[in-house]
Amino acid sequence: MNKPLRHVWLVIGLLFVLLFTSTTYFQVIAQARLNAHGQNQRTLYNEYGRHRGPIVVDGHAIASSESSGDTYGYLRGYDPGAMYAPVTGYYSVVYGFTGLERSMNDTLSGEADALFYHRLSDILSGRQGRGASVELTLDAAAQEAAWKALDGRRGAVVALDPETGAVLAMVSAPSYDPNVLASHDTGAVSKAWTALNEDPERPLTNRAIGGDLYPPGSVFKLVVASAALESGEYTADTEIPGPGTWQLPNSSAVMNNRASGGTEPCGPDDVSSLADALRQSCNTSFAMLGTELGEDAIAETAKDFGFGQRIEIPLAVGPSTMGEGMDDAQLATTSIGQYDTRVTPLQMAMVAGAFANDGVVMQPQLVQAVRTNDLSTVSELSPKELGQPLTAANAAQMRQMMVGVVEDGTGTAARIDGVEVGGKTGTAEWGEGRTAHSWFVGYAQKDDQKIAVAVLVEEGGYGSRTAAPIAKDVMEAVIEK
Amino acid sequence: MATIVSYTARPRRILQALLLAFAVLIGVGAYALVGLGRFDELPPNLLTYGIGAAVLALILQVAVMWRAPYADPVILPLVVLLNLLGIAMIESVHAANSIYGLRSSASADRQMLWAILGVAACVALIVLLRDHRHLRRYTWISAVAGAILLLLPLAPVIGDARNGSKIWINIAGYSFQPAELAKIAFAIFFAGYLVSRRDTLALAGPKVLGIHLPRWSDFGPILVAWGFAMAVLVFQTDLGTSLMFFGLFVVMLYVATDRLSWLVIGAIMFLPPAVFAATQMGHVRTRITCWLDPLSSANYSSCEQINQGLFGLANGGLTGAGLGEGRPDVVPHAESDFIFSSFAEELGMVGAFALLLLYLLLVQRAIRAAVGISDGFGTLLAGGLGFVMALQVFVVVGGVTRVIPLTGLTLPFLAAGGSSLVCNWLIAGILVRLSDAARRPAARQVPGSPVQPAPRAVSA
Repeated sequence: MNKPLRHVWLVIGLLFVLLFTSTTYFQVIAQARLNAHGQNQRTLYNEYGRHRGPIVVDGHAIASSESSGDTYGYLRGYDPGAMYAPVTGYYSVVYGFTGLERSMNDTLSGEADALFYHRLSDILSGRQGRGASVELTLDAAAQEAAWKALDGRRGAVVALDPETGAVLAMVSAPSYDPNVLASHDTGAVSKAWTALNEDPERPLTNRAIGGDLYPPGSVFKLVVASAALESGEYTADTEIPGPGTWQLPNSSAVMNNRASGGTEPCGPDDVSSLADALRQSCNTSFAMLGTELGEDAIAETAKDFGFGQRIEIPLAVGPSTMGEGMDDAQLATTSIGQYDTRVTPLQMAMVAGAFANDGVVMQPQLVQAVRTNDLSTVSELSPKELGQPLTAANAAQMRQMMVGVVEDGTGTAARIDGVEVGGKTGTAEWGEGRTAHSWFVGYAQKDDQKIAVAVLVEEGGYGSRTAAPIAKDVMEAVIEK
Repeated sequence: MATIVSYTARPRRILQALLLAFAVLIGVGAYALVGLGRFDELPPNLLTYGIGAAVLALILQVAVMWRAPYADPVILPLVVLLNLLGIAMIESVHAANSIYGLRSSASADRQMLWAILGVAACVALIVLLRDHRHLRRYTWISAVAGAILLLLPLAPVIGDARNGSKIWINIAGYSFQPAELAKIAFAIFFAGYLVSRRDTLALAGPKVLGIHLPRWSDFGPILVAWGFAMAVLVFQTDLGTSLMFFGLFVVMLYVATDRLSWLVIGAIMFLPPAVFAATQMGHVRTRITCWLDPLSSANYSSCEQINQGLFGLANGGLTGAGLGEGRPDVVPHAESDFIFSSFAEELGMVGAFALLLLYLLLVQRAIRAAVGISDGFGTLLAGGLGFVMALQVFVVVGGVTRVIPLTGLTLPFLAAGGSSLVCNWLIAGILVRLSDAARRPAARQVPGSPVQPAPRAVSA
């Protein structure tokens, strides 16, 4: 009976070969297709079932995961929620994730390449894998000051350390509570989601870096003034024309000198120094200066400040733009921050930062350090230069002019005793019959401490009244402590 | 006296002891890893569990040394390892269920109790059954017992239909799959019956298409077996059980007669009922659909279980999610019918292959015993038990991995379920007894001489 037994053994062998083949097929060959299948909840569970690392500001976890005891394993919680929501984003089992939760996902979940050895040691020691913690550059005091000063008005505040590019504050209002969206109660989540999306104030938008770009108004004059200094033909003291009204070239439109619509000239005999024109924020002076410099010179300087660049901090920042191929009339309005010029508050903070950092723009960054759960450091912030729109000497001239604005011009509301504060206000018109957007862009420095700030309040009216005091609160939070 | 030395070396009891220790170490280690994976801590009962497993292994070792000193040293370590791995996975699924709360499953404690019972049954069998040929006395009793057991789920009150198949009985809250016990009974019956009738059954009849058909008058037994398999298929609506019994009979018939024609006839006879089931029975039809195309949106919801199993396989990938790190709880019956996909998810393709190789090795030991044994009854019994285990693994794993339609069988030794575990431990005991007979020096007076298949005098 041995021969048939050998045959039986052969048949068994064949059956097992089939099993080996099918197992290989589903575990290796078809693996990617099955993992990507729309109804495969495991992919979701794998994503949400990880012990995600916290997001930390000044030693306090503003986003952290806790065991939830349900099918997802962990619940993401935010404390405080709304103030940091534009930075952290939300982590929803229904609607995915945004903000740093998205752009730092690999690190927070522990899947990043940099964490390979950490993961390996977790596997070898049988520990449950945990994501790394992400420490932010944000300064809790500055963030809170900005959040309180903005007080729920539609707008954004960005503060930078000009020397490192570290983002000290990033506030966008109105905001939302990310805890509601991170909830595992999917019904409540979709209800909240609908409400947030239908809210006309669009709380889900991070106004500081994207979604909306804003006409900068008079704060763009800083860029035009820089271009003028860089051209070599102007200094702060150069006398430039600034009549009460100016009929734009080849156009019937007439530009008034004052943001309020007033037609007082910038100085006696319709002439003033560049510094004086900036101090008073004369429209005709800068419109004529801009047409004199030409589109290319301004565009070149703007580009060096970061305009038109895709910046990731690591949140993706909407590139700021100015028009292209403009005629003189369009260039004239561009030079006072209107026409097609559109900027993010972050971009304007970078502009202010360049003046406080000897003309060098630093790459803005939000992440101070990445640490594993056993506190070993994976990476730390290393400052990177983004560009140098103007020389150190010209930057010093710009600072001098901007101090003039705060000491004795439109920006007096931002003045802080004993601190060098320079800035520029802006009142950007953006729609017929709508109140103008209110801007303040500036810097403060005292000894080694430096901060660059941009404040935008939508439909806030005069920058000198609305935006400048907010900037002052944020600067004080960082400088005077 | 070199021969004496070689005789004392042949039992290989030390090798078995080492392998058993190794099996216990891996099995208990797996259990510890499940605890670490799920709760970040060692299971509180790890020490008790480890000592319990070691004691059971020791009892098995002593029983074999005492009553079956020449038994194959690999069989029991394989069985112990499979059993312990099964317990670890049942615990993993149970822990996942208690954490994530998608559904509930029995804890591993119950399986541990059943394992103790199974080992006890195995030891009792090794101790009490001194010679496997005694089983031949129960040839016809086995036939009747097997038939009753197999038809029991059709009885009113105790019969219990699950997933459309009536292969369970339920007595006082304890459910039981009688097919597992029937499997042993039928293997004994077929071996006893065929060994006495093989000469007649092997006689050549008419020749058709180059194959010698058996004589028409010999078709009786296969028709009876066929009819029985059909009854199982039609009334219990389970293709797997039906396939298992009919396959067992046909293969044993082939081994007994060495007539290929029986295999061909068997295969042809099984085709019409399979087609009938596929087209006429709603629940078999669903399973066929889920076999062919489970992932399309039209079929997805009715094929939920197999789909979740496949997602589990994909999630495991090459090296697996790790013990206690996967989500087998997403799959319905992840601790029993679909325990293979749970293993494939947590241990990956590497682990799944290892499991299949463990089974293949176990089956190989059974076939090896069948070849080495000197009486026809023993050969048939060992061959039959080996083949039916292989077939069962194929039907279950093939069902999970879409080689064949899904059926209601479970993996021997691994799957949660007391009746199956105890019955398979009984099979392990029989295999130990058979391998002991195969390797006993008295059975092979001159090394290398052809083994005589003719049975010795057997008291009937």
